[in-house]
Amino acid sequence: MALTPHDVQRIAMLARLDLSPAESDTMLTQLNGFFDIVERMRAVDTTGVEPLHTPLSAVQDVALRLREDVVSVPPSEAAREANQRSAPALADGLFLVPRVIE
Amino acid sequence: MSELHTLGLAALAEGLAARRFSSLELAETLLARARAHAGLNAFLHFDEAAAAEATRAAARASDARRAAGQALGPLDGLLIAHKDVFVTTDFPTTAASRMLVGAQGPYRSPFDATVVERLQAAGTVSLGKLNCDEFAMGGANEHSAFGAAKNPWDRARIPGGSSGGSAVAVAARLLPAATGTDTGGSVRQPAALCGVTGLKPTYGRCSRHGMIAFASSLDQAGVLARSAADCALLIDTMAGFDPLDSTSAEFAGTEPNRPGLIGAQLAARRAAVADPARPLAGLRIGLPKEFFGEGLAADVRAAVQQGLAQLQALGATLVDVSLPRTELAIPVYYIIAPAEASSNLSRYDGVRYGHRAEGAKDLLELYRKSRSEGFGAEVKRRIMIGTYVLSHGYYDAYYLQAQKLRRMIADDFQAAFQACDLIAGPVTPTVARPLGGGSDPVTEYLADIFTLPASLAGLPGMSVPTGFGAGGPLGLPVGLQLIGNVWQEATLLHTAEAFQQATDFHLRTPEGY
Repeated sequence: MALTPHDVQRIAMLARLDLSPAESDTMLTQLNGFFDIVERMRAVDTTGVEPLHTPLSAVQDVALRLREDVVSVPPSEAAREANQRSAPALADGLFLVPRVIE
Repeated sequence: MSELHTLGLAALAEGLAARRFSSLELAETLLARARAHAGLNAFLHFDEAAAAEATRAAARASDARRAAGQALGPLDGLLIAHKDVFVTTDFPTTAASRMLVGAQGPYRSPFDATVVERLQAAGTVSLGKLNCDEFAMGGANEHSAFGAAKNPWDRARIPGGSSGGSAVAVAARLLPAATGTDTGGSVRQPAALCGVTGLKPTYGRCSRHGMIAFASSLDQAGVLARSAADCALLIDTMAGFDPLDSTSAEFAGTEPNRPGLIGAQLAARRAAVADPARPLAGLRIGLPKEFFGEGLAADVRAAVQQGLAQLQALGATLVDVSLPRTELAIPVYYIIAPAEASSNLSRYDGVRYGHRAEGAKDLLELYRKSRSEGFGAEVKRRIMIGTYVLSHGYYDAYYLQAQKLRRMIADDFQAAFQACDLIAGPVTPTVARPLGGGSDPVTEYLADIFTLPASLAGLPGMSVPTGFGAGGPLGLPVGLQLIGNVWQEATLLHTAEAFQQATDFHLRTPEGY
């Protein structure tokens, strides 16, 4: 099943990307070339096979480890400054974004 | 001492311990070399005076510790550098992407990656950050937003990717060793194409905390150096459980996953050698027939076979095995990795750090314009593939099917390991191709066929220089790939070390370096 220009636009919208008409054309050709090789994969019978989401679980038990939901680094002005020093726009220690609510 | 750049990690450690030279002298020598060979484009953000000063300050601190008799261990004062996907406080971090260069300049991390922190705690001095493919996506280092790195064996050719800057720096003797990361072969491929030794450890061996995520179930930190012994020195310090990474393994087999474990296991292997002329006696090496079929260039095949004959001469037994889903590894990987990448890269939205587009009227436009301007073509391509295969109605057909096949690929390895202790084959189908010679992305993806299966299965792999193929003034390097079962890094390192004691391919230096 080949992708259409409409599919590419839809995927770009979901991916939060704007593609120029030239980029969309190239992307369409490349994605269709790519999905040609993927078809071989889809043809394999995998009935009854468990998906392998993390590789070590193929050979040993792997448990998802979660930390306690607590503040582990004490809040401080210095930590906030370090965390925000690469921010594009700030005011009063807050990240600025374009207006969201009119 | 003008010849300091010719020495590997172990020799430099010995020289520092004997006080024949200082860490600062080593740093000055290598800073000067990096500057003299800036045309290789191995380093990023290199010209900043503050970066050089951070290097000198760390070297002086190491010298002061040594003078006070308080050296931290064998790595204290040694110069290395980190692939630009490890976040660092001393240097900017960009993952070779314009997305991480904002109005304030390149991104500055408030913390160091665990791998970086461990190496610094052992006294290593960093020379800066190394070029790579953007967000580690690529096999040629041609997808860096700051230009391709050049292969020192022939500057008109690719070094391989994505840890290309790391491989170039080690091959051109700008550094004795460097960190890299391997998602689908990104340590092993550039190591092979630049003639250096590279190790990708078992998934979960090294912490991913502070390593900019590409594909979380595949990414693993690795090392590139001149020899297996030098790789062992670094990985032994970097490895170990980290509670800050939820995918970090608490146990490496039956032993707690800790720094020092690989070194101890390697020492035990060295000590168990009964006949020094046949250090690999008893070792069974499996040769998957799928790794030696059509598509493998004749010069690469010849060099790999020469390497296998050498392993046999050292006492190893070669056995035939099969990895029947090898070809499927390409579509499986190129579904799973972009799917995870599309999720991981959603954090780059122009709000908290990185590039922000000018003049966006609302939040959605801010996201779309910032991401479209910040990401390069290969990254966009993979985000698009990943978004598509995870989208409603396609998840089962692509992503879930790929994860099931991933299980079958991993099972094929376990079946093969019934007949052998490790697996050997080529790393890449050809020697380094010319820069700009990539025909299309799909062809480029096909070149990953020998490295992807081990990545999908989370297995440790190495690339060891095994000879030279056609091209360049001296011939172009060829790598021999060794793949072990999980947690078998010591077996890989011991095999590679024995190989390097019997050969000198890893000691050859490109002309002019």
